[in-house]
Amino acid sequence: MKTNDRKKYLQKRRKNKILVAVTQIFILIAFLGIWEWMANKEIIDSFITSQPSRIWATLTNLGANDLIHHIQVTTYETVVGFLLGTTLGIVIAIILWWSNFLAKVADPYLVVLNSLPKVALGPIIIIWVGAGTQAIIVMAIAISLIVTILENLNGFLRTDENLIKMAKTFKATKFQILTKIILPANISTFISSLKVNIGLSLVGVISGEFLVSKAGLGYLIVYGGQVFKLDLVMTSVIILGILAGIMYGIVVLLERCILNSKKFK
Amino acid sequence: MEKILEVKNISKIYQTPKGEIKALENINFKLKAGEFVSIIGPSGCGKSTLLSIISGLEEKTEGEIFIQGKKVEGISKEIGYMLQKDCLLEWRTIWSNVMLGLELKGIKSKESNEYVKKLLQKYNLYEFKDKYPQELSGGMRQRVALIRTLAIKPKILLLDEAFSALDYQTRIMVTNDIYNILRKENITALIVTHDISEAISMSDRVIVLTKRPGTIKDIHTIEFEEEERNPISCRESPKFSKYFNTLWKELGVDENK
Repeated sequence: MKTNDRKKYLQKRRKNKILVAVTQIFILIAFLGIWEWMANKEIIDSFITSQPSRIWATLTNLGANDLIHHIQVTTYETVVGFLLGTTLGIVIAIILWWSNFLAKVADPYLVVLNSLPKVALGPIIIIWVGAGTQAIIVMAIAISLIVTILENLNGFLRTDENLIKMAKTFKATKFQILTKIILPANISTFISSLKVNIGLSLVGVISGEFLVSKAGLGYLIVYGGQVFKLDLVMTSVIILGILAGIMYGIVVLLERCILNSKKFK
Repeated sequence: MEKILEVKNISKIYQTPKGEIKALENINFKLKAGEFVSIIGPSGCGKSTLLSIISGLEEKTEGEIFIQGKKVEGISKEIGYMLQKDCLLEWRTIWSNVMLGLELKGIKSKESNEYVKKLLQKYNLYEFKDKYPQELSGGMRQRVALIRTLAIKPKILLLDEAFSALDYQTRIMVTNDIYNILRKENITALIVTHDISEAISMSDRVIVLTKRPGTIKDIHTIEFEEEERNPISCRESPKFSKYFNTLWKELGVDENK
């Protein structure tokens, strides 16, 4: 039996939740409504600001703009850059954990590379690997790699010393300490790397596409801007937002699967 | 009785960028089979270092360690080690945790499986074998950690402040528990602690170390009349406070220097 207080508490909680959701939806609708209304009344110039109905028209007319193809290109580049950047980053972090000497040597380079704006490497990357998809993927890797190395190495080094000592009392080899202690103890580090990297890879891909590309959402945005097709620019930005949300959602789903199966709480 | 462990002329000097630190100087003692011996001393006197050296985890600067008359270098298979924390791996089940030592040493077998199973049953943990460490109480976790160590069948067990992470109530229970298990399994124990009453209640002898560099100040033999002695019954004996005072003074004088 629920007590009265309990009922009240649950009711209040639900009410609060609904209130937040309603407000969120209201803000979105009001924003779109005002935008549309002001454009129709010509208070703002819809040539420069575009307007929701025109964005919707562009969106529903996917075929004409070849939008699906552009979305596919950006998604492909992001996923490849994300997977390569994350894997490479974790592998390098493992190597640096293994060799204290290498970690010390690499330290100042990592610090400098980490603070260097990777977009500045754009022209170099294009000249080295060629203008095309490969340059965009390299850009995505460049942006996520160093952060991944630093964050994972840090996680490895912060693993509870006692666990390592315990393993050593059983004559564990360094490889065993890595596979049985360090890696499983850092599952949460990996997951947070994944979460950060999905966003970073998208940044890398879009800035790559700005510099060099024949397709992709970044290309559409730049192209739309150059020919003053603001409908196209706005539509691409909105799709990009949705794409980023979906990718993040997939990582969160993956996290939940891992946590449930391994009983990490 | 047979001498199971002999510590001979052990010294340890740490090299640091600022210079040399003498941690231990000329430590000598022997353990008889089945004996329980505690090491106490002011903090920083090198008692944990001594244990690490005996276990083979740390290099010694000078001296020799003999186990059953044989000189040992490195980690001996006759020695089990229990650390301050239980160090259970949260991502493994209890079963998988107690098997860890065997797994790391690569000596898992049908017999060892049976042996571990028997240990778990004997000490009331078998029904929890598929649970995860976070579902167990502090005392049970410590027992799991002990069984993980016993699984590799050590003859000597080193306990490094093994109970200090537990709260007082649990600690008394766990000390009693582990004492009884070790006696039953006929294991020799060398215990490092900063708790004088724990040292008295668990051991046959207490070794007192001086401040750094640690040397042996005194070795006290602890004897109680009870036939079936255990740590809790010891605490009730009138002799207990007598021993406590002696040891407390010995440590206290040192601190005032």
